[in-house]
Amino acid sequence: MKKYQLGGFEEVVMLTVGILYNDAYGVSVKKEIEQRLTRKVSVGALQSALKRLEDKGYLKSHEGEATQERAGRPKRYFVITALGKRSLEHTRNTRENLWKAIPEIALNPRFTD
Amino acid sequence: MHQPPGIFLRFFRWFCRPDLRTYIEGDLVELYNEHREKKGKRIADWRFAFDVLLLLRPSMIKSFRGLQPVNNPAMIKSYFTIGWRNLLRNKGYSIINIGGLAIGMAVAILIGLWVYDEISYDKNFNNYTRIARVMQNQTFDGQVETWGSQAMQLGPELRSSYSNYFDHVVIATFPGDHKLTFNNKTITMNGSFAEPAIADMLTLDMVEGTRKSLNGINGALLSRSAAHALFGNDDPINKMIRVDHDFDATVTGIYEDLPGNCSFAGCNVMLSWQIIGPGLEQRTGWGNSWFQCLVQLRENVNLSVASEGIRDAKMKRVLVEDDDARFKPALFLHPMNRWRLYSEFENGVYAGGKIQYIRMLVLIGAFVLLLACINFMNLSTARSEQRAKEVGIRKSIGSQRIQLVSQFFSESLLVALLASIFSLMIVQLALPWFNEVSGKSLSILWSSSWFWFSCVGFAAVTGLISGTYPALFLSSFQPVKVLKGTFKAGRNAFLPRKVLVVVQFTVSVTLIVCTVIILKQIKFAQNRPIGYSINGVVSVPIRDAVVMKHYDVLRDELLKTGMVEEVAASESAITATFTTNSGFNWHGKDPNRTEEFVTTGVTHEFGKTIGWKMKAGRDFSRDIASDSSAFIINEAAAKYLGINDVLGETMIWGTNGEWKIIGVVEDMVTQSPYNSVEPMIFFLESNRIAWIQFNRVNMKLNPDANAAEALAKIAPIFKKYDPETAVEYMFADQEFGMKFDEERRIGNLAMVSTVLAIFISCLGLFGLASFVASQRTKEIGIRKILGASIPQLWQLLSKDFVVLVIISCVISVPFSFYFMRDWLTQYDYRIDISWQVYAVAWLGCMMVTLLTISFQSLRTALQNPVGALRSE
Repeated sequence: MKKYQLGGFEEVVMLTVGILYNDAYGVSVKKEIEQRLTRKVSVGALQSALKRLEDKGYLKSHEGEATQERAGRPKRYFVITALGKRSLEHTRNTRENLWKAIPEIALNPRFTD
Repeated sequence: MHQPPGIFLRFFRWFCRPDLRTYIEGDLVELYNEHREKKGKRIADWRFAFDVLLLLRPSMIKSFRGLQPVNNPAMIKSYFTIGWRNLLRNKGYSIINIGGLAIGMAVAILIGLWVYDEISYDKNFNNYTRIARVMQNQTFDGQVETWGSQAMQLGPELRSSYSNYFDHVVIATFPGDHKLTFNNKTITMNGSFAEPAIADMLTLDMVEGTRKSLNGINGALLSRSAAHALFGNDDPINKMIRVDHDFDATVTGIYEDLPGNCSFAGCNVMLSWQIIGPGLEQRTGWGNSWFQCLVQLRENVNLSVASEGIRDAKMKRVLVEDDDARFKPALFLHPMNRWRLYSEFENGVYAGGKIQYIRMLVLIGAFVLLLACINFMNLSTARSEQRAKEVGIRKSIGSQRIQLVSQFFSESLLVALLASIFSLMIVQLALPWFNEVSGKSLSILWSSSWFWFSCVGFAAVTGLISGTYPALFLSSFQPVKVLKGTFKAGRNAFLPRKVLVVVQFTVSVTLIVCTVIILKQIKFAQNRPIGYSINGVVSVPIRDAVVMKHYDVLRDELLKTGMVEEVAASESAITATFTTNSGFNWHGKDPNRTEEFVTTGVTHEFGKTIGWKMKAGRDFSRDIASDSSAFIINEAAAKYLGINDVLGETMIWGTNGEWKIIGVVEDMVTQSPYNSVEPMIFFLESNRIAWIQFNRVNMKLNPDANAAEALAKIAPIFKKYDPETAVEYMFADQEFGMKFDEERRIGNLAMVSTVLAIFISCLGLFGLASFVASQRTKEIGIRKILGASIPQLWQLLSKDFVVLVIISCVISVPFSFYFMRDWLTQYDYRIDISWQVYAVAWLGCMMVTLLTISFQSLRTALQNPVGALRSE
């Protein structure tokens, strides 16, 4: 299933971009992940994940407004592409299939006397 | 709005890929501001630095090539086109640049050819890395002397007791002239008597016969040219020839002539050792080092191990057989690849040799080339203002600095390439002269790919060296300043140029001083009083012992011609007395002294013939029979004996009996004119000294006689007693003059390179002066209008350069003094370095400099100011 390669962190980033819709740029994505997953995300890790996803065609970006607190530097907004959507669905399906394949007893061991 | 730490921000901007830079920078700044508000400056700074460092990952770093050029070939072509047009536009500068570089490169190529020839010496034998000569160090009076000669007994000794080291051991006579006679035809050829392994050792290229054929009792190998000279087109194999009228030999093989650049060059005949070996046995013991001993090491035998191994080979034998043990002979091996360049020994250790000349010449060549490179750098940067606009425009329409650098590099490469073409022409023209001066037969190796490869590489390196500074300097201009017209090369821009001029002239002045000192030293030695008269002394070498059998008649006939004042025979030429002997004893001699005297056998009238001056006692006389056991010694020997009144003293000479000292002569320079005179002994031929062999008949010509006429009358008399030999004449003054050849050669080379160095330096100075003059045209015009005189203007324009030359003169003093003092120590009889030498060098240099500059400065000063001021 090489077709939809999506790493764990990449999946998180994709989903977060989806959550933020139209307001997903570096800082907001970082904050959203940190808040929802209660973990730290470095700018470097996030930016390289974003770049990787864009290179794969799962995300696309456009330039946004420049604000004062950014010292006049523009934002770069990300949205999910159709391909990105398919890869997310694929990942999700795979997960679900895996979940379904786990026998009941493995997760809920019952003890009989 | 807060400012994040500048150093990290700049670092980030530097490494981040440009397409993401602004966005990420925005993110970073936004986060920084937020942290700053919430957590304070310190934490915010830390977080910022941390984020920047974590961004340093491959996907975020910009690629090393910021720019992706798409049209390289066209661009490079354009560089060369522009470079070519620039050369054509400034013809004067181009000529100076290319001419200077071409001369510099020509010097370097000539020296390169010379060095190549020297280094390839003796490398043409297959086994040259394994061939060595056995040398010996002996101690005479505390001084270690190194000899390349050995006793003939050493060969068998090394073969039997040290065979684990050597494949071949060969005892041979030193090469000398031998007469070869076949069917009444006699030729004289250089060659040796040698043990048969010599043919294998030198891997002779046999045309006929085999290398083994020297094994026979009386075998002889001839070179192809010797065989052709003696036999013409006949087959020489198995023909019997007569050698030196004494021996018969059979030609058993023909080998290709040996190449010119090897130690055996011109060795045209190799004769079996068996021919002379047996006859030598009785009178040559371990004490007579008359032969050379060559060895070829076994494969895998280390030379230094073998050298150490045979150290005591002679000592062990002389302890039991001879009395030579007191000289403590220690043997060692001198490998063939060092024969040529490392051939001098001082106190038993290597003391250089020709390698010193090679180093010196390489140094000179490098310097001359450096001077030419400096010219190029100076002229390029001096003209920078003219090209500043071009640089500005190129930069503002998008040239990267790296492109400008490569443009200027391509221009310097173009110049270097043109210069190398011209330099090859110069080399071709100068080679005949150079060969004459250097005593070689060099030629351009047109067909050698190695030569072409190094030529091109050499041109490229020269282009790079001379192009680096201008390329970096010219490409550093800021386009805004240049195009606004406010660009002026500041004071700092002149400083490197001045430093380079100082370097040039320091080298030039140092070379002048060295040349003057070398020439003075030669002159000094030539003017040394030599203690006898060489004018009008002619000698005829004795090629056939038969001459001496008729010596008295010959002498009478020579005197009867009226052309000759006096005649005497001697062991060696008076200008080359190198036979030494030891084994002398005298009253009051320190028993530990291991003495050595130069000994020369002569006939009665020798003193009169060369005009020696008696200091005390009397000359040999025919009327006193006891003179056959008399010595005449020189002053140095009298001092050496350590006796107050040497006259009448008796000396004992080994087994040759007692000798009485009857006279003391003034010291005579018969060996090196640079060394002090050795203690000498002269004695007459007698049956006590049966082995003495006269080699020269010396004649003092009548000063009134015409030399050519005299020689014409002398020749038939010699011909009468030795009809087979063509009579040769050696003029003592010429032979003496030859002692200066080596030094004169160096003097000539030093002089030529000095002249070239000065020429190149002045060429550069001329270019700079004309540039400065053209820049200051307006200033000069105004000064003239305001009343400046021409001498004032001349002074103004010349001052800067003269100051630089004076600085160079001062800097050159320690270099030249140190270097030349070192050079002079090799001579016992030498000059002191005086201030006059420096005065001459400085004055000469200053004159040349002033002449060079004045041409330009006067031209500018004489111009009509109207023309200068109206030009805008």
